[in-house]
Amino acid sequence: MVLDRLFRRRAEPDVQLEKSLEKTRKGVFSEITRLFERDVLDDDLYEELEMLLIQADVGWDVSQQLVRDLRARVNEERIENPSLAREVLRTEMIELLESATRNRQVKVFQRGVPYVIMVVGVNGVGKTTSIAKLAAYHQGFGRSVMLAAGDTFRAAAIDQLKIWGERLGVPVVAHEPGADPGAVVFDAVQAAYGRGRDVLIVDTAGRLHTKFNLMEELSKLRKVMQKHVEEAPQEVLLVIDATTGQNGLIQAKTFAESVDITDIMIAKLDGTSKGGIAFSVAKELSIPISYIGTGEKATDLSEFYPETYVDALFFGEGEGL
Amino acid sequence: MFETLSDRLNASLGKLNRKGRLTEADVDEAMREVRRALLEADVNFKVAKDFVTAVRERAVGQDVLKSLTPGQTVIGIVNEELIQMLGAEREPLNQPDRPPQIIMLVGLQGSGKTTHAAKLASHLRKEGRNPVLVAGDVYRPAAINQLQTLGKQINISVFDEGTQANPVDIARNGVAWARERGLNPVIIDTAGRLQIDERMMQELVDVERAVQPTEVLLVADAMTGQEAVNVAETFSQRLGITGLIMTKMDGDARGGAALSIRAVTGVPIKFIGTGEKMDALEPFYPQRLASRILGMGDVLSLIERAQEQTTEEDAMKLQDRMVRGKFNLEDFLDQLQKVKKMGPLNQLLELIPGMGAQLRQAKAQISDDDYKQIEAIIRSMTPAERRNPHIIDGRRRRRIARGSGTSREEVSQLLKQFTEMQKMMSQFGNMAKKGKMPKNLPFDLD
Ligand SMILES: Nc1nc2c(ncn2[C@@H]2O[C@H](COP(=O)(O)OP(=O)(O)OP(=O)(O)O)[C@@H](O)[C@H]2O)c(=O)[nH]1
Ligand SMILES: [Mg+2]
Repeated sequence: MVLDRLFRRRAEPDVQLEKSLEKTRKGVFSEITRLFERDVLDDDLYEELEMLLIQADVGWDVSQQLVRDLRARVNEERIENPSLAREVLRTEMIELLESATRNRQVKVFQRGVPYVIMVVGVNGVGKTTSIAKLAAYHQGFGRSVMLAAGDTFRAAAIDQLKIWGERLGVPVVAHEPGADPGAVVFDAVQAAYGRGRDVLIVDTAGRLHTKFNLMEELSKLRKVMQKHVEEAPQEVLLVIDATTGQNGLIQAKTFAESVDITDIMIAKLDGTSKGGIAFSVAKELSIPISYIGTGEKATDLSEFYPETYVDALFFGEGEGL
Repeated sequence: MFETLSDRLNASLGKLNRKGRLTEADVDEAMREVRRALLEADVNFKVAKDFVTAVRERAVGQDVLKSLTPGQTVIGIVNEELIQMLGAEREPLNQPDRPPQIIMLVGLQGSGKTTHAAKLASHLRKEGRNPVLVAGDVYRPAAINQLQTLGKQINISVFDEGTQANPVDIARNGVAWARERGLNPVIIDTAGRLQIDERMMQELVDVERAVQPTEVLLVADAMTGQEAVNVAETFSQRLGITGLIMTKMDGDARGGAALSIRAVTGVPIKFIGTGEKMDALEPFYPQRLASRILGMGDVLSLIERAQEQTTEEDAMKLQDRMVRGKFNLEDFLDQLQKVKKMGPLNQLLELIPGMGAQLRQAKAQISDDDYKQIEAIIRSMTPAERRNPHIIDGRRRRRIARGSGTSREEVSQLLKQFTEMQKMMSQFGNMAKKGKMPKNLPFDLD
């Protein structure tokens, strides 16, 4: 079943969570499938399809484009069977996401050089929790991990990261609340180097992309890292909340302008939102989506695969077919 | 990033306008644009549909078909309907029959409950109250710590029983504790949760039953997409939601989720959150949100950002000048200096009605080097010219161009844009003052 593929985990599967996902997803995602169970491909169908896509936060432009392209192909190839049309749409959607994932950089882990991941995003999207998940993920590959408490601004953000560090048995480099994040990062990179850690994950304070000064601060952090490790940060991960609407695209765009985002993680996909913003981001920015977050536990992370994403969230293959 | 509704209505209706009368089909086309604008602002598709139906009815009934400026008429109607739907009146917090007033904050993970619990406490204390915070989020790591830290910052006591206690007991004990000490209101923070998490939703129902809150506020992120409706629906089915707080409104999200939630729950928007600082909590103004949803810029936000760079007095003066159409090139230059500290130019210009559209049309990413050009042009003007740009004739224009190392066209363009901007500012200012749209809208029909 598709859900198994999408929500594949390194740790043992959480049967109960999986069940709840299944239950909530079913009603929503089979709607597109149901739409194509009709006898004819008429205007109504296309219109409803557009609405279903919009409802998934795919956005006006991309929804229009998807439907327009589908129509064109249906006409061109004289497709009459709705289930064939459905397959065309599915392929289109997968290809759109793949066009971005193709840009994913190969992650190079060099012996003796920490692989630095800087995690950024607007307030409350799930950065710190995602860091815990990433730590567990890399541990799963046998890599030694260290965390840097670069959010010195939000109340108790340092404690939050420390608790995760304790739970996962991962050292956390932290300064006092209110300290200069640059100094924390400087120390952390040095410590990761000195102690031969394979991976260093840097938490940063949530910030709205419209705050110019705060965005500048991020590029400063990058420079600080580069003092020790020339190629750092090897990964700059933007976390986007799956419930985010059209602003997600602007977020991604602005963050990318300031700090060269290399990867995107979509968090909170365990709700009923379908993270349709992924499509606009893929189309407009071509930044690869690499991970998804599906819960509040450290094991709730999966790698992102366009096909499984599209199938699980939009088509519900294997469900009621 | 998006074209504004006014751009599009002007494009579609403006064309037709020159041909003569509008037909119902033209109105349909206009309604399509309205719907698109709403969807791009994240208004839920069902809510958008109902809204458009209402607007269409009014549009057809009124004289849009005969109007010489149909684009403006349509925007006027849309704006009025939006304001009405958002709730024209400000609604205060409910008062209990007997104290203490108990306020419970609920919502999805990461929406801003903890921060807003503290902001609300700080706000109410300013009104002479004696609030207490109750730490009911036992799940998220360091959530209690976070509330305690904020409590310390604003000097308000925080009741907690650690992470092992049950949130229902914590709430009940917190209220009892407050009662004994005569603390009122009691503000209860709760853990973020997904609306589909049955066990967690039941927990909120139990807390509600246990303490019978005066107010259950749904805290929602301004950036929320189509999900807003599902969230609001479930939360309000399970709990007696009495109001909303829209958070992170200091960003550039259009905030259509507010309209969706309002439509689904029918409860008023009571506050908006506009920053991470403890005083960044503001009353809700429907007009501002309406023009924001429509992507018509937000002069008031611009003024606010300017306020961060100036004294209150200067800002008031500036606002006054803007509203009275007295904003001149001298002010503009002065603002430019301050603006440089506020952020990238193209982002700021987006906040000015009409300006964003022109930028987008030109498809030019204005770079911050353009500051220098604008500055150079204005600096090459005499003080009299800066105060009264209309005295700038061909000869003066040439002189200014030479002085600033630009072309006459560039000078003309700046002047044209400035005049436009000045006009819009005063009209939007008036509108904000009266809380409605002026008859004569600042949108040219060709
Ligand atoms: N359901 C669900 N909740 C999540 C997920 N990821 C994070 N959360 C929750 O979202 C809330 C905010 O997460 P944080 O990790 O603190 O977010 P953040 O981006 O670090 O927040 P700030 O540092 O305050 O900007 C917490 O309650 C997390 O438990 C997810 O994938 N699913
Ligand atoms: Mg964090």
